[in-house]
Amino acid sequence: MRTEEGRSLQAEAWSKLKKNKIAVGSTVLISIICGVALLAPWLAPFPFDEQFLDKVLIAPNGEHWLGTDSLGRDMLSRLIYGARVSMAVGIITAFVSLIIGTVYGSVAGWFGGHVDSGMMRLVDILDSIPSLVLLILVKLVFDSFDIIPYPELKALTGMLLALSLVSWVSLARVVRGQVLQVKQMAYVEAARSMGASSLRIVGQHILPNIVGPVIVLLTFQIPSNILAESFLSFLGLGLQPPFSSWGVLANDGWRSLKSYPHLMISPGVAIFAAMLAFNLLGDGLRDAFDPQLRGRS
Amino acid sequence: MIGRIWGSSILALFALTIGMSFFNYEIPSVLWWLLGGLCFVGTAVFTFNRGMTFFVLKRLVETIFVVWVIATLTFLMMRILPGGPFDSEKALPAEIMANLARKYHLSDSLFKQYCDYIWGLLHLDFGVSYKYIGRDISSIIAESLPNSIQLGVYALVVSYVLGITMGVVAGWKRGSWLDFSAMFLAISGVSLPSFLMAPIFIIVFSYWLGWFEPALWEGPTYYVLPMIVLGIRPAAVIARLTRASVLDVIHSDYIRTAKAKGLGMRAILFKHVLRNSLIPVLTLSGPLAAAILTGSFVIEQIFAVPGIAKHLVLSVTNRDYPLILGTTLLFSALLVVANLVTDILIAVVDPRVKMQ
Repeated sequence: MRTEEGRSLQAEAWSKLKKNKIAVGSTVLISIICGVALLAPWLAPFPFDEQFLDKVLIAPNGEHWLGTDSLGRDMLSRLIYGARVSMAVGIITAFVSLIIGTVYGSVAGWFGGHVDSGMMRLVDILDSIPSLVLLILVKLVFDSFDIIPYPELKALTGMLLALSLVSWVSLARVVRGQVLQVKQMAYVEAARSMGASSLRIVGQHILPNIVGPVIVLLTFQIPSNILAESFLSFLGLGLQPPFSSWGVLANDGWRSLKSYPHLMISPGVAIFAAMLAFNLLGDGLRDAFDPQLRGRS
Repeated sequence: MIGRIWGSSILALFALTIGMSFFNYEIPSVLWWLLGGLCFVGTAVFTFNRGMTFFVLKRLVETIFVVWVIATLTFLMMRILPGGPFDSEKALPAEIMANLARKYHLSDSLFKQYCDYIWGLLHLDFGVSYKYIGRDISSIIAESLPNSIQLGVYALVVSYVLGITMGVVAGWKRGSWLDFSAMFLAISGVSLPSFLMAPIFIIVFSYWLGWFEPALWEGPTYYVLPMIVLGIRPAAVIARLTRASVLDVIHSDYIRTAKAKGLGMRAILFKHVLRNSLIPVLTLSGPLAAAILTGSFVIEQIFAVPGIAKHLVLSVTNRDYPLILGTTLLFSALLVVANLVTDILIAVVDPRVKMQ
């Protein structure tokens, strides 16, 4: 797995990624969005639910840079707080599904045989339910139990839970496939013959060697989770106003696009930019990590 | 040779049917019979000729098993959930609740309810809606499913035609402005969610240009916008995959051979490149069907298409358990069948796929 100069796969991918201007630009954009989301309380000019009832639906001006919505709330503040929710949903669920998917996939791939086919049957079944339907069902179950007293926190937790439960499946599939491949390698055989335990072999030898495909998939998972959250919120099954996410804002805005385009344009541009950045970064990562494409183009 | 004639006549009939349904022509029943007969005979010949009966049967049994598991899981889920469909702001008197429970067989044991439910499913009977009094789920589905299927098929056609054209052009003219703009369009299509694209399309094509109707589902001018918006995202995915696959094929040895023996560019493109680079695209049909199913939720909402996805969303808001069950099962069954058809198609097209 090492090249002539003795550089590891990761180091080479990293240096390749740094040369890719589009990927670097996307990373910068993603960092900016994340920074804005983290610093929301300090950056937003107003609280996200404060109403200015004398200034309803005004177009962008000096005081309200992106205008106000139908209840007189400042759009810029709502957009900034919305970034917080959307990015949190995208990134947290991606990491939770990373953990579940890696553990599940490596157990299935490492043990193989009946364990593998049984575990993969569950994955097949989960894959046979359209993801949005599964999301809706999981969220429905969660919402029926009153575990968390605060409605806002409950809506957000339900969303995180549903998305994590749905999106680990594809990760598990990829991890399993990779583990099955790497399992055949000589260094795994060597480790085994020296008496290393299963846990040690998988953790120390196999997982570090399959980081590439997993990172690539994870980068594509984040935008699709952000998208799923906006879809659900758009359908009225996700987060609800006054809580703000980009999907909620788009749902508020699209009906009045003709009369009040500023309600739609700002969340639209935000979603588009974030999705584009993540997708382009994912493309860059795939080019950098994919050994098949290495050296070509 | 016979297989090719068979395949192209089935495809031509399909195209004819889809085209006629688009312009709301009455489709003569002869066409359906012809299509069904051709498909059946083709499948039979193919199955017995290649000894793939076992493969097809195995996949069929797996499919039925998966649908059964999903039916059981959703059933259990709905029954375990606290909060019933008749909970309202004002509590109903106990007698009325008891009557309702008896009418909808809610007081039976869970096992009996489950058996009744599965028995009903075998007869395509999904039970009675809690919300729409006196209507059974089957009639709701029968009423709204055709619209959804129509929309889905049109979107599928749009995505294949658009995606394959863009992908082939981009791969063939690699590095040109055509390649660049096609790939830019594709990545934008992946990044722009349909709930943003749809309003923009409505504003541009209905309000400004006045070409198409902005909502409802009543004729060709109504079909165009939803099918394009629903088809663009899958089209973008197909375009990217086709381009990669065309690039793969172009660099292979047999293309060099074809060039060396002096074959024209057009012959190479259609005879060798297209045929071989479309196999990976075909494997994508399952996920594509899933994407179109998922996309239809938002599209049906925005364009007010009276389809089945709208009923699923509404049934969740209304806690109409039988309708949730029925629609969930229907969506899963559609996806599973799409996957099955994809697998069989791949086996037909690509002899390299090994049947276990």
